[in-house]
Amino acid sequence: MRFGALQRRAKFGRSRFLNVCFHMSLDHAAVRHIARLARLAVADDQLESLRSDLQRVLHLFDDLAAANVDNLVPLAHPHDQALSLRDDVVSEIDRSAELLALAAASQGGYYLVPKVIE
Amino acid sequence: MSAASIAALAAELAAGRRSARELAEDALLRAERGAALNSFIRIDADGARAAANAVDAQRAAGAAPSQLSGIPFAHKDIFCTRGVATTCGSRMLRDFVPPYDAQVVERLASAGAVSIGKTNMDEFAMGSSNENSAYGAVANPWDTARVPGGSSGGSAAAVAAGIVPFATGTDTGGSIRQPAAFCGVTGLKPTYGRVSRHGMIAYASSLDCAGVLARSAADCAVVFDAIAGFDPRDATSVARPAEATLALLDQPLAGLRIGVAREYFGSGVQAGVGERVHAALAELERLGAVLVDISLANAHHAIAAYYVIAPAEASSNLARYDGVRYGHRTAQARSLDELYSLSRAEGFGSEVQRRILVGTYALSAGYYDAYYLRAQKVRRLIANDFAAAFAEVDLIAGPTAPTTAFRLGEKAGDALAMYAADVNTVAVNLAGLPAISVPAGLADGLPVGLQLIAPAFAEARMLNAAHQLQQATDWHLQEPAA
Amino acid sequence: MNARMKPAASAWQAVIGLEIHAQLSTASKLFSGASTAYGAEPNTQTALLDCAMPGTLPVPNREAVRKAIQFGLAIDATIAPQSVFARKNYFYPDLPKGYQISQYELPVVGAGRLRVRVDDGRVIEVEIQRAHLEEDAGKSVHDAFHAETGIDLNRAGTPLLEIVSAPVLHSAAEAVAYMRTVHTLVRWLGICDGNMQEGSFRCDCNVSVRRGSDAPLGTRTEIKNVNSFRFVEKAIEYEIERQIRALENGEAIVQETRLYDPARHQTRSMRSKESADDYRYFPDPDLPPLVIAAADIARERDALPELPQARRERYVAQLGLPEADADQLCADRATADYFEAVLAVLPGQAKLCANWVLGEVAASLNEAGIEIAAAPVSAAALAQLLARLREGSISGKIAKDVFAAMWAGEGSADAIIEARGLRQISDSGALAAAIAAVLAEHPSQVADYRGGNEKLLQFFVGQAMKRTRGQANPQQLNELLRRALAG
Repeated sequence: MRFGALQRRAKFGRSRFLNVCFHMSLDHAAVRHIARLARLAVADDQLESLRSDLQRVLHLFDDLAAANVDNLVPLAHPHDQALSLRDDVVSEIDRSAELLALAAASQGGYYLVPKVIE
Repeated sequence: MSAASIAALAAELAAGRRSARELAEDALLRAERGAALNSFIRIDADGARAAANAVDAQRAAGAAPSQLSGIPFAHKDIFCTRGVATTCGSRMLRDFVPPYDAQVVERLASAGAVSIGKTNMDEFAMGSSNENSAYGAVANPWDTARVPGGSSGGSAAAVAAGIVPFATGTDTGGSIRQPAAFCGVTGLKPTYGRVSRHGMIAYASSLDCAGVLARSAADCAVVFDAIAGFDPRDATSVARPAEATLALLDQPLAGLRIGVAREYFGSGVQAGVGERVHAALAELERLGAVLVDISLANAHHAIAAYYVIAPAEASSNLARYDGVRYGHRTAQARSLDELYSLSRAEGFGSEVQRRILVGTYALSAGYYDAYYLRAQKVRRLIANDFAAAFAEVDLIAGPTAPTTAFRLGEKAGDALAMYAADVNTVAVNLAGLPAISVPAGLADGLPVGLQLIAPAFAEARMLNAAHQLQQATDWHLQEPAA
Repeated sequence: MNARMKPAASAWQAVIGLEIHAQLSTASKLFSGASTAYGAEPNTQTALLDCAMPGTLPVPNREAVRKAIQFGLAIDATIAPQSVFARKNYFYPDLPKGYQISQYELPVVGAGRLRVRVDDGRVIEVEIQRAHLEEDAGKSVHDAFHAETGIDLNRAGTPLLEIVSAPVLHSAAEAVAYMRTVHTLVRWLGICDGNMQEGSFRCDCNVSVRRGSDAPLGTRTEIKNVNSFRFVEKAIEYEIERQIRALENGEAIVQETRLYDPARHQTRSMRSKESADDYRYFPDPDLPPLVIAAADIARERDALPELPQARRERYVAQLGLPEADADQLCADRATADYFEAVLAVLPGQAKLCANWVLGEVAASLNEAGIEIAAAPVSAAALAQLLARLREGSISGKIAKDVFAAMWAGEGSADAIIEARGLRQISDSGALAAAIAAVLAEHPSQVADYRGGNEKLLQFFVGQAMKRTRGQANPQQLNELLRRALAG
């Protein structure tokens, strides 16, 4: 069993089958769920047009099902290159003032966000 | 002077007939006159003048000028420029002033080139028409009711209109080549990893390439030679030394085998486009090239694979835009969740939001294998097709885009129709190969682009072929009516 | 020992797995050149990448990779010739990019094992499933700002080695013993300073229970970020008890994340945490595969120090030390090295050296609250003292006094013995004189002794010692006294 298969567990009871059906019809709940994962606010009155837009794009993916990909290794990086590494040297200076100035809300050297409760 | 090549301008400067400052002022004036095209998001007149003055001072002090010193140009607003706002065409970064320069920016600055500003683009490089910009659409100088192509539409228009002799661009699925084709200019997409992505705002990391649009392959070669090379700040940057392409432009083409893939000439190709491309191929034959019929059997899968992979990577790359450390922050947040979801909904345009959602979906639990992983396997299939073809031929040719520039608004409401415009270009990005679009004349008064694709790291060969074609024809010199 | 807090009708078995996050002691971060030093002012140790500036890219730290390899070799694990960095995507303010760069399907270190001595004397072999590299997140400060949380990104990007055990621990005691063993090992190798107060070594505990060792695994809960051995023990004990009680009451265990509350000695559910986040792992497109050549692995293997387990066994087998002593000496490498440095000067005197290192030295360190590296008495200095003791120049008791003086900075053993005139009196003439004086002063006790009260010998020993300011050689004194008393 692949490590972390738990992370792959389908969230909302959708199919885990890999090759039967490449997309279900998207319903509003699915759109809301994806929007939540992506932290994008979607107004109620936009939901349907977004749903149908996404549905059309997902139809595009049906095409992938037709390709014969047996025994193919996924291509993640175009060239067969190994990772080049960096020496363990501290090369950065303190630019906190400059960087914090880019934020809309900061105080006392900290970035500020609405209070998070743990 | 507006359509002068880099070499011609460099000669003017070297002979002392013009100063860098004069060239800069000319460019700034032309930018002002061409403002209706909306090809620039920001003009940096002060920066341009300061840089030009510095070049002139160095010349006066006897410093040997490089090919690019004093040459005015523009950067696509996707490259971080220290101290100069970089918006990526988005509301999200409207007031973002980067604290550093991109590698491409550093290289061109140290070569002495003078940037006059940042060009307009589809937001976060997602688009094929430059209609997805938060700063308004860009008009095609050939017909201002038409799109210039995208996402590097501003760069293409600025060069086509003669405002600057070259502009930087980026190409993830065709975003240099397709606007180059629509605007009648030459656009070079290098091999993936050949030019550093340090400081280039990311869209799809395994596909994004920095490149150049100019009026000729020779000019593209000059700029490419200045920006190519290993950068230890980018782990995908290739260590292989870059050979200077300029020196190799003049090789004769005799015996060059050019593959013509039948898949690129299907029913979706506009008649006029097909005619011009065939005419260009005939010209190449006259120059000594040999045309070979090839097949790229999986070409039709490229769009689907691209529109899974690119949005998936984008959905992750754009997660950093959350209103916390820079960029747009909503005024409305009552909780952390609202800070994120409102800042992002307010800051991102609808195409970007759509692609983020598609990408999130493609990576999500239960769909990763069927979508993302499968698309990466299809990507392997496409790369294998190219590799097999390049065992038979030296270059592959075809139309850059199936049609000439479409009208503003024509495809804006139809994402899939828009995506289909990329059909000839995306496969190249999936395989990480270099490609160039060169003007091949007009069809009904609108430019047509010929695309040449080369094996990885064979930019020199490709530029050579394009240059020879441009020596024998004058399509690349055609300009839109002023 | 503590698998069940109270007897139940059927035997419950606890099943525990630990995920340990060890912060690697590199100078710079995993993917950027910012410093990893602890305690800096907020947001002063952030490279542009650590703030997730648009256009910035990660480049991995060679030393972090080396340290991961060293750990893998120390637990006999396979080092992956190719491993892959993957993005774990989720939103949280201390995670600036909106994803953590970690490793998922192909970690740098594969399965290995560690022998662990549990406090009841058993030795168990714990299977470690994997260890992988990942970057740490920043820190949130909740109580310093009104209605807001402050974010400090200094820690964001610090390299972590996440060490994942198989769920093969069955009690809090076993879990703590395993955690201690890993703690010792990472410090021993010099890859992590193990400072739990500073957060360099953190533990997540996965706990479930089942009815008997053959039953299917129960639902597990995860107790996050427990940062002391004691808290790990308490948290696990509490959680086992809680789960057993719930199940015996017919309730189901909810798979969730919990926090340990040390004030109330209990675990509680984390509020506002979503049910199982969808992390959408995928290989990081900014990072090609990490390739580790066999030659690199061989070089790291050759450079590995003698591991704690091997040293421990050597101390027992070759030096004849008791296991308890060997355990204590090998609790950290600096102590074991110190011991061996003393032993090098006094070959064959392992027990003596061990006694002193574990006795006087340890006690003094404890009292001063310092580590052995900061001890004011070096191994060489201690060795000199012990040599004087061995050769009889001073008695055991005097030696302790001299040690205290050395610790206080008064100088070397020889200097102090000389300065204070502490040389042991073994000269029979001097001793005889002292004895004669003592006997003369206490005639009734002498008579008592000669009358049969042999216990009084100690009295005379004490008096003679006092007279000689404790410097009489005890064995000689004893012998001479007996003779003198015998008349």
